[in-house]
Amino acid sequence: MSVLLDHLPELWQGLIVTIQLTAASFAGAAVLGVVVCALRVSPVRVLRAIGTAYVEAFQNLPLLVLLVLAFFGLPEIGLQAGILTTAIIVIAVYEAAYVAEALRSGVNAVSKGQGEAARAIGLTFGQSLRYVILPQALRTVVQPLGNIFIATTMNTALAAAVGVVDLTAAANRVNLVEAQPIPIFVGAGAAYALIAALAGFVTGRLERRLVILR
Amino acid sequence: MSVLFDEPGPKAVRRIRVATVLGTLAVVALAVLAVRQFAANGQLDAARWQPYATWPMWRYLLDGLWSTFLAAVVSAALAMAFGLLLALGRLSPRAWVRGPAAAYVEVVRTIPALLLVYVVLFALPRYGLDLPLFWKLVVPLTVSNAAAYAEIFRAGINSIERGQMEAGLAIGLTRFRAMLLVVLPQAARRVLPSLVSQSVGLLKDTSLGFVVSYGELLYSGKVLAAYNGLLIQTYLVVALIYLVVNMSLSKLARVLEARQSVTLRRRTAGA
Repeated sequence: MSVLLDHLPELWQGLIVTIQLTAASFAGAAVLGVVVCALRVSPVRVLRAIGTAYVEAFQNLPLLVLLVLAFFGLPEIGLQAGILTTAIIVIAVYEAAYVAEALRSGVNAVSKGQGEAARAIGLTFGQSLRYVILPQALRTVVQPLGNIFIATTMNTALAAAVGVVDLTAAANRVNLVEAQPIPIFVGAGAAYALIAALAGFVTGRLERRLVILR
Repeated sequence: MSVLFDEPGPKAVRRIRVATVLGTLAVVALAVLAVRQFAANGQLDAARWQPYATWPMWRYLLDGLWSTFLAAVVSAALAMAFGLLLALGRLSPRAWVRGPAAAYVEVVRTIPALLLVYVVLFALPRYGLDLPLFWKLVVPLTVSNAAAYAEIFRAGINSIERGQMEAGLAIGLTRFRAMLLVVLPQAARRVLPSLVSQSVGLLKDTSLGFVVSYGELLYSGKVLAAYNGLLIQTYLVVALIYLVVNMSLSKLARVLEARQSVTLRRRTAGA
């Protein structure tokens, strides 16, 4: 146990990086996901095709491949940012495909009369999506979005494989120095489990507060 | 027509046309930008792409793909078997079976696969367990995916009507045999699409071979890129292969799902 306390600063720093990665990329994924979802349900065929292509591409490519491509491939064509920024952007772009699909299932769950009523009072497609459909769709997909948040937390660990020193990388480094794998990896695993449990608790509360009973 | 819009009127038709033009322009602009960026950095030279028009390169990468398949199939088979046991454990009437199975699923579902890979890579050898490379990738993937498969199987078993189990018990089968002969075959068929899409996820996870140094597709790409220095070209080709393979598998899941809803509808119509 003392090994965890001895290296608390490094592990704590790793945990902070993991939380930063998770929070920033989930926020980015939420915004981008709403846009992609709007594209996928729009009346314009070209925009729908773009949305579908986006979702298909990013749901079928491994995140690690995208990270490797961004970290080692893109500098070759002169695109380079800080490693934390790059990791956040890649994870956000990847998770946005999942957010978009979750939202779309929410949009499909909104009852038909809502869209018709929105059009009947003269709202355009964009307005009806923004003021009528999406607010209701969001409330029905709190649980799926919570699951995506937990998946995002776990996926940020992959950034360790391309050189970001997050909790996983920090645990690995401390283990290489101390060679006491059991307390170190159990500690790191417990930290991830704690984040996931917290996320589950919050989404549970949110869902109870936001759910629309029909 | 979708719930969200009607048959467009003259005004909407005009708006749709504008959006079509703008959308197309945006895609074209993005493509032009990408090509210019490639060209400006000399990455478009024929010499830098030509290797990927030759067979030895492809044979090397396809060898990698084969290893990816091998790792994915072995860990999928092991994880499904283990997951099924966990699901049965979680549904067991005995608390001392139910508790550990539930704990395993809930804990493992929240631990990153990479952390498990590090455990197998750096922790187990210290206790004298140094697995061959293949198993260093397969074991962590099996451990983490078993929890996901367990939840799929549990959902499938729970979705089978109670009457099926009761009928099994009524004709004198034991609980175990009724589960094995009556409930499970139906549950397995019902969750087949979810099993396939989870397996696509598992195939994506095999890219962790990059960390393990097991010669699957992404690691083969890494080796190749280190050898010929064609970083972006190699990783783009690798990404393309993943895309084609996974899209075909996802398509399979959708076909299975569609077929299933047809059979279900037919059955309900017949009843």
